[in-house]
Amino acid sequence: MVSWTGLLAQILAIALALALAPLLMGWVNQWRAWLQNRRAPSLLQPYRTLHKLFHKESVLAENASPLFRIAPYIVFGCMALACGIAPTLSTDLPLAPAADAIALVGLFALARVFISLAAMDVGTAFGSLGARREMLIGFLAEPALLMVLFSASLITQSTSLARIVETLAHQSFAIYPSLAVAGVAFTFVSLAENARVPVDNPATHLELTMIHEALILEYSGRHLALIEWAAALKLFAYSCIGLALFFPWGVAEAGTPLAILFAIPALVLKLAVGGVLLAVIETINAKMRLFRVPEFLATAFLLAVIALLVHVLLGA
Amino acid sequence: MESLLAQTINLFAVALLVLAFAMIAQRRILTLIHLYTLQGAALVAATLVVAHLTGQHHLYGSAILTFVLKVVLIPVMLHRVIDRLNVRWDVETLFNIPTTMLIGIVLVIVAFNLAAPIASLSASIARGTLGIALACMLLSFLMMIVRAKAVPQVIGFLSMENGLFFAATAATAGMPMIVELGIAFDVLVGILILGVFMFQIREQFDSLDIRHLERLKED
Amino acid sequence: MEALALVLALPLLGGLALALWGARERAGDLNAAVSLAAFLASVWLTLIVVREGPFTVWGEWFFVDPLNVFLVTLTTFVGFTTALFARPYMRIELDHGKMTGPRMRLFHSMYQLFIAMMLVALTTNNLGILWVAMEAATLATVLLVSVYRTAASLEAAWKYFILCGVGIAQALFGTILVYLAAERAGGGGEGALLWTRLAEIAHLLDPGILSLAFAFLLLGYGTKVGLVPVHNWLPDAHAEGPTPISAVLSGLLLNVALYAVLRCKVLADGAMGDGLPGRMMVGFGLITVVTAAFFLSRQRDVKRMFAYSSIEHMGLMTFAFGLGGPIANFAGLLHMTVHALVKSAIFFAVGHAAQKAGTQVMEDIRGLLKVSPTVGWGLMLGTLAILGMPPFGVFASEFLILTTAMRELPWATPFLLVALGVAFASIFGRVQPMVFGETALRPLAHPPALVPVFVHLGLALMLGLYIPPWLNTWYEQAARMIAGG
Repeated sequence: MVSWTGLLAQILAIALALALAPLLMGWVNQWRAWLQNRRAPSLLQPYRTLHKLFHKESVLAENASPLFRIAPYIVFGCMALACGIAPTLSTDLPLAPAADAIALVGLFALARVFISLAAMDVGTAFGSLGARREMLIGFLAEPALLMVLFSASLITQSTSLARIVETLAHQSFAIYPSLAVAGVAFTFVSLAENARVPVDNPATHLELTMIHEALILEYSGRHLALIEWAAALKLFAYSCIGLALFFPWGVAEAGTPLAILFAIPALVLKLAVGGVLLAVIETINAKMRLFRVPEFLATAFLLAVIALLVHVLLGA
Repeated sequence: MESLLAQTINLFAVALLVLAFAMIAQRRILTLIHLYTLQGAALVAATLVVAHLTGQHHLYGSAILTFVLKVVLIPVMLHRVIDRLNVRWDVETLFNIPTTMLIGIVLVIVAFNLAAPIASLSASIARGTLGIALACMLLSFLMMIVRAKAVPQVIGFLSMENGLFFAATAATAGMPMIVELGIAFDVLVGILILGVFMFQIREQFDSLDIRHLERLKED
Repeated sequence: MEALALVLALPLLGGLALALWGARERAGDLNAAVSLAAFLASVWLTLIVVREGPFTVWGEWFFVDPLNVFLVTLTTFVGFTTALFARPYMRIELDHGKMTGPRMRLFHSMYQLFIAMMLVALTTNNLGILWVAMEAATLATVLLVSVYRTAASLEAAWKYFILCGVGIAQALFGTILVYLAAERAGGGGEGALLWTRLAEIAHLLDPGILSLAFAFLLLGYGTKVGLVPVHNWLPDAHAEGPTPISAVLSGLLLNVALYAVLRCKVLADGAMGDGLPGRMMVGFGLITVVTAAFFLSRQRDVKRMFAYSSIEHMGLMTFAFGLGGPIANFAGLLHMTVHALVKSAIFFAVGHAAQKAGTQVMEDIRGLLKVSPTVGWGLMLGTLAILGMPPFGVFASEFLILTTAMRELPWATPFLLVALGVAFASIFGRVQPMVFGETALRPLAHPPALVPVFVHLGLALMLGLYIPPWLNTWYEQAARMIAGG
């Protein structure tokens, strides 16, 4: 049974994600520049970049296989779908029953596998280096992410994201220490997964430290555009999941189409604040050495496990 | 409102636990002292909330005592000690942090298991916190075992005392005041003596590394 | 009441006075005089208790009953004789340059403070104060262990502090749990930790909480008792501190810690009624006896060896009290007394011997009998006494413990016998050449005054041959109290 409001909300959510994701990226970059006393690029700079890249010719390596060519589409598809699953505007989403929190982590993993395979496909040194680093991070970040989602699931007795948000948002306000700890862990994981400072610096091509940039070094033209857009979508999806789990207010319930109208400004506001916070985090932290990254993610995992344990002990 | 306040006790309890973990993983002595101060502050906050909720007035006294001792006096003393010993910027090489963390997790599970049957019996508003207090204690204990330098060992000792104090406050709404005073006095004297010791050790070994203190062994 | 006030106040005031004048020439005399006064006061206190029975004072915060008054007297007595021994001993250390004026002051004032804190721990009715006093007693001695400021003594003191600190923290957690149980059973408040009240409502206390509490208390106070595996501080602290401190640590502090365990056991027994606390103590005691006996055989330092012997005997007492029942408790109390007397006597003799030889390594101490017959005989007789040779009191108490063990726990007896045998062989084998061997040292011009050694040994001998009826009834009363009757 798919209600037309649900369908509308779903389409709106994906469309909004596709449209807003580069804006969020631009917003974070702008704040980062301001905080670092630099002149900020325009808020619309990511759109311009995407536009430029889509109009460029895409150059492929001679020995690139079809995998190299389809990878950007798969990655982009995964991220768009993830944005569709995450309850950004409404909890009444037709796609939500198809995929729960675990499937969401699976989607991210799928994208990661493809981009890593593609990076190794051409056989350049940087590509395999980036792939290795990406897998290292993924292998440590995914369990932590799962643990975070589990602590939320334990509270609400469901792994469906929509149900989690529904339960958290529409019951009487309560303090969940376990969620607070899980929130910190989630922040750690998000930083690592989205290649932000202190794990990676999205603004450099320094070979010793880069992770994300090393992966996509061989891409150009529309392929690169898709990947960059997917990266923005990933940040958007993570932000939305974080907001949904830890600040679930303002998300519309099922069957209240008007509430969606209020949900949009609420979401934009929350994302704006979140973006500023991200910029602050990126400014006050220095990028850590690559060898410290496992420690960083282990800490995230540890926090998530503490959250689980605390929930079991306190029931809250 | 009252129930929200009661829930903040759990929040502070978790803060204590997370801080205890942070101490295990912290390499810098200076940051360790900051973490200890924070832990003391969380303890004060929790004590105040319990005092407000239970109406036990002597707990306010205990909160003031904790504040003076653990947020002001002892951190100031520790700062002076590390200044005078010139170890302010010391960074300790730790043996395998992830392994230590895993052991820590196991300890937390043990503590929660031990405390679970008791938590269900306690009538106090913050009964679940007994397990957390015990976990903090065991974690500080772990910290004392894995640390090789004198100052971190002492901080581990003090943070264990924080866990104990939290157990007394949260699980039983405070021990009798005279006992708390006695305990606070003992802690204060203890830290003074440890301070004296650190200078003596330094004088004798030219270092605060406890690994020098391994001559007395069964061979 | 006045007697109790005197018993507690005298060492405290003495400590204060010695903090001021402890560096003077005659400070040792003052130390001994204060100790004597405290001993006399405790005798007075004992007479009152014998005549009028147990009582509580000062709003039930303190209490005196047969169990603790007996230990109070023992404590002040050994405190007094040790002060007598310390007088010449510390003066010689001063002459040797190992001590200085300020260190003498520290030694004297802390010595009195230590005794005072043990007396508070013994007489307080409040489990919280008991904890505070135990911790304070540790703090008082920790600086005494490192008083020579050698590398080894610093290490020993650091270990002592950290290990006992950790241990005592466990005990505090146990105390908190007891308080939790008391709150549930009969309301909290200021009086909730009073032992007499807890003992009345012991059957109402929650068995689950109490079992966990007792585990922590046993582990915590057990650290101070010297139970294996938390005994590591004990040999170091005994070997590296000044000998008078070794004597009071072994003879008194360990007893007081065991006393704390016993008080808690009564409560735990009352709450649980299934004998689990006893079984835990039996287990710890047995492990302690066996481990200590085997470590004994590997020692080269004489004070270290006797420290391990203390661990072994504390294990034996813990075992006896764990068995429970009137006879085993009686034997445990008797063993507590004779061990305190004999072990401190041994440390007195060892102290003089080591001071003369200038070393604590046993291979380098030879022919004591030639150098100084009194020291030699004191050490020899003390060793025989502690090894359980008849007719000394240790024999009587060990015999009682063994026979009870044979009846109640037959499987444990062989372990005990083997451990006692190993201990006998290793200690006797080492002490014998120390006393009778050849030496190049010339006899001393003046034999040292060893009155305390022989007084202690004489008392231990008396307890082995004949226990006066009043002492007997007293032990029996105390034994019944521990059994929870």
